[in-house]
Amino acid sequence: MSFLSTLYSAYAEIFLLVMVSVILIADLFTAGRTKTVTYLLVQVTLLGCSLITVATHRDGIDHLFHHMFVDDLMSDVLKLLSYMAISMMLVYSRSYLLARGLFSGEFLALVLFSLLGMMVMISASNFITLYLGLELLSLSLYAIVALQRDSAIATEAAMKYFILGALASGLLLYGMSMLYGATGTLDVNAVSSAIQHGVPNKALLVFGLVFVVAGLAFKLGVVPFHMWVPDVYHGAPTAMTMLIGTAPKLAAFAFVMRILVEALQPLMVHWSGMLAILAVLSMALGNISAIAQTNLKRMFAYSTIAHMGFLLVGVLSGSNEGYGSAMFYAVVYVIMSLGGFGMILLMSREGFEADKLSDFKGLNQRSPWLAFMMLLLMFSMAGVPPTVGFYAKFAVLNAAVQAGHIPLVILAVLFSLIGAFYYLRIVKLMYFDAPESHERIYMQPDSSLLISLNGLGVLILGILPGTLMSVCAVSVQQSLLLPH
Amino acid sequence: MMELLQTIEQAGQGLLGPFWGPLWTLVKIVVIVAPIMGGVAYLTLAERKILGYMQDRVGPNRVGYWGLLQPIADGVKLLMKEIIIPTGANKFLFVAAPVLALVPALVAWAVVPFADGMILANVNAGLLYILAMTSLGVYGIIIAGWASNSKYAFLGAIRSAAQIVSYELAMGFALVCVLLAAQSMSLVDIVKGQQHGYGLLGWYFIPLFPMFVVYFIAGVAETNRAPFDLAEDESVIVAGFHTEYSGMGFALFFLAEYANMILISALTSVFFLGGWLNPFEGWPVLGAMTAWVPGLFWMLAKMSVFLFIFLWFRATFPRYRYDQLMRLGWKVFIPLTLVWVVVVAAWMQTPLWFW
Amino acid sequence: MMTIETIVFYLFAALSVFAGLRVITARNPVHAALFLVLAFFSMAGIWLLLEAEFLAITLVLVYVGAVMVLFLFVVMMLDVDLVQLREGFWRWFPIGALLAAVMVGEMIWVLGNRQTAETGAEVIKHAADYSNTKELGRLIYTDYVYPFELAAVLLLVAIVAAIALTLRQRRTAKRQDVAQQVAVKRNDRVRLVSMPASARVSTQAQPDEAAASDQQKH
Repeated sequence: MSFLSTLYSAYAEIFLLVMVSVILIADLFTAGRTKTVTYLLVQVTLLGCSLITVATHRDGIDHLFHHMFVDDLMSDVLKLLSYMAISMMLVYSRSYLLARGLFSGEFLALVLFSLLGMMVMISASNFITLYLGLELLSLSLYAIVALQRDSAIATEAAMKYFILGALASGLLLYGMSMLYGATGTLDVNAVSSAIQHGVPNKALLVFGLVFVVAGLAFKLGVVPFHMWVPDVYHGAPTAMTMLIGTAPKLAAFAFVMRILVEALQPLMVHWSGMLAILAVLSMALGNISAIAQTNLKRMFAYSTIAHMGFLLVGVLSGSNEGYGSAMFYAVVYVIMSLGGFGMILLMSREGFEADKLSDFKGLNQRSPWLAFMMLLLMFSMAGVPPTVGFYAKFAVLNAAVQAGHIPLVILAVLFSLIGAFYYLRIVKLMYFDAPESHERIYMQPDSSLLISLNGLGVLILGILPGTLMSVCAVSVQQSLLLPH
Repeated sequence: MMELLQTIEQAGQGLLGPFWGPLWTLVKIVVIVAPIMGGVAYLTLAERKILGYMQDRVGPNRVGYWGLLQPIADGVKLLMKEIIIPTGANKFLFVAAPVLALVPALVAWAVVPFADGMILANVNAGLLYILAMTSLGVYGIIIAGWASNSKYAFLGAIRSAAQIVSYELAMGFALVCVLLAAQSMSLVDIVKGQQHGYGLLGWYFIPLFPMFVVYFIAGVAETNRAPFDLAEDESVIVAGFHTEYSGMGFALFFLAEYANMILISALTSVFFLGGWLNPFEGWPVLGAMTAWVPGLFWMLAKMSVFLFIFLWFRATFPRYRYDQLMRLGWKVFIPLTLVWVVVVAAWMQTPLWFW
Repeated sequence: MMTIETIVFYLFAALSVFAGLRVITARNPVHAALFLVLAFFSMAGIWLLLEAEFLAITLVLVYVGAVMVLFLFVVMMLDVDLVQLREGFWRWFPIGALLAAVMVGEMIWVLGNRQTAETGAEVIKHAADYSNTKELGRLIYTDYVYPFELAAVLLLVAIVAAIALTLRQRRTAKRQDVAQQVAVKRNDRVRLVSMPASARVSTQAQPDEAAASDQQKH
């Protein structure tokens, strides 16, 4: 028992891995095209993981596996949100994938593997584990995007994703190896204290930092490393796009926190400048390009770029409020894009993708409730009060103002005003245009319930953001132990 | 014997100083390689004789008594033949390929112990070294097939590449069991690990019997011997990868194939049959009676048995079809070896492990 | 000081740089792959000099012995159209060259820095009984057990992904089921029919004669 109890904080990961293996085997013995048994097993696994994560939570920071694994409040919160995002994504996409013959046991297993990758990233306290988690996540995602083999566009998306992802990993590893060369350690906390105690070669350190930031930017998909985002979002089947665009952003946030804040906090003067450039470019290009899109998935891709820019604004503030608000922003972004992609999935049916803007014309006449949900989601993405998107943007900007980045804040406000245009255009299409088809929208009861929860959640969280905000603030504060 | 070697060693040191070391190693290499080459030559004769008897013929008997000079005659013939380089062939690679085939077959011998202390280099990762070197032999074949600019040669090369990669996995896993049992990767330690004073009962072929079989069969496949000789499938693709070779180029491939056979026999003996150990060691009467027999004899005897089995296979089994070959490798051997690795690892934790 | 080791090191280093250059400049993809093999070999040599024999041999075993064989397999089978590959090369050359120049410049700036040059540590020499394999094993199964297991999961994902992406059951393909073939019983294939004795022979024929003719028929 003593051996098992040393693994206490990692029970959730272990449980997940065991369950994936069980699911992989169980799937072979369950007949049927609908994969109901496998699907239920996956949902049970996610539920089990949540229970374990809650049950094994302990105050303070726990290190495991020779300081390679960290368990703190931030990791627990982010993991719980990841389970939720994955579970919602599966509910939304089930009928869509079934109609396209993509709902296979391998798909479900790969989704869980990607979740494992996210959990590893979230709980990593060593460059090696950070990298391995990232690769586990990415590899699963590449395969998931490529699963629709008969579609040339999906295959192309997978290729682009894979090649640019590999390039990004290369950059990241190169940077990490330089940091290792400069500090002599791969441990996140040890790197930080080594830098604080003075490193003989500052140039090598900054050089490594540049590569790390470039690699991170690739993975986050911020300008000028964003080229893959629109193509992958557009080319992948919508359910896969939803997977890429939601939960992994939480892991990416954790990745940024672990590597830039925990390990390289002493270099903040250097990286906050770089992030500022990335953030401004992303917000500008993302919001402006999104206007020109006629495809909703592509539009969401550019909006993701813009949102990631916003998230970086929170991070580069360099204060606890900044990190807390960035975490809040990431969580809110995940909830919003779950709803947004969920909408496309709901409206799609066999042989038809509702991914054009024109497909939403006159939605109010076809289904007023769905149109209202979409309205809430779009308002939230645009940052219109009283939805939660407004509060998220506000919190980030507030932190940036406190940190003294006034010009940055002005630019951010300007670009989100531009961004509001294309979100509100959808609202206009839904309410003021005539529908192109009057076909009824068939919805599964589970996913229609979920979209209602999702849409209302955006509203309720916007009216009462206090709890989530304080959870984010406290978890960041407790986890990073910053000298503030 | 040992004293004599030591006097030579001292005399050499005194005479040549720092140059003695490399020179002495060279001498050792020659002492190992020359008998192997001789062995190869006479293995071809043995093959023809044994195949002959198995097929109710007498085999070669014209050159020398019982055909004993036949290998020399063959060698001379091949030496005299014109070397033809096909048009459109990549000349450099075409010439280099036979060398690339032969070199790994010879280099691997560096870590093979023939008897206690009779070894060129007792490397402590010897087993890995063996695996690495045997996996290189395929380059000679692939390059030969590609550089020949011939369809048949190319098909043979492609077949060989897929085959060797497939069987190497099973081979590697079988050896993982051996290194688990011996807890060492040095071939000398592996042999010594089989010395328990019970003679052949202490050898690894008993606990690792399935691996013993898999290793040897995979070895047959790695050397491209019948029934796994799809790379030179003469009834389908002329002569496979060496279709375009004549004279010495062909002879080198031939040498490589037979040197590999001898190597696999030696390795199987070392890994599973106690190398140079006396099979009756510690037995009541036989042990005492055979105590004087040198280790080298046992090693060579064991190798001869396996070489005979190689030839026996060739005379007995029809050639595998390609999909059957792949099936055997991937669906039978690899799962079996994987399971056995776990079995051995678990078994070793119990008091029932006697080796 | 130029010891033999230093000379060997520079030999291997030069060889690997040369091979690396040829990998990207060789016109023929098969040659490029073979130069990559050479590069792996020289890197293995350098690792051997550092007493990392496990890594060196594993590099040869895994990359040269398996990965590159499959690589060559594919490269030889594919008809790589070099002309098409080279299309647009000169168009993108200036940008590529500029990027490369920037990278090289940065490298020189970092490596040429006096402080950096001094950070090179002395390589620790080990006793003759030092086993690199054993040390690596000890570390992998203690300090690095978590990343090690993660790497194993990564490989599992790769297997699942590869199978999910390539396995396609073709209904038209005929397959051989060896187990089924082996399990065949005589009765599945051969039906023994008991025939009456030949009609021409009178019913008074001897019973053993009838049996004999029956056997002949079968």
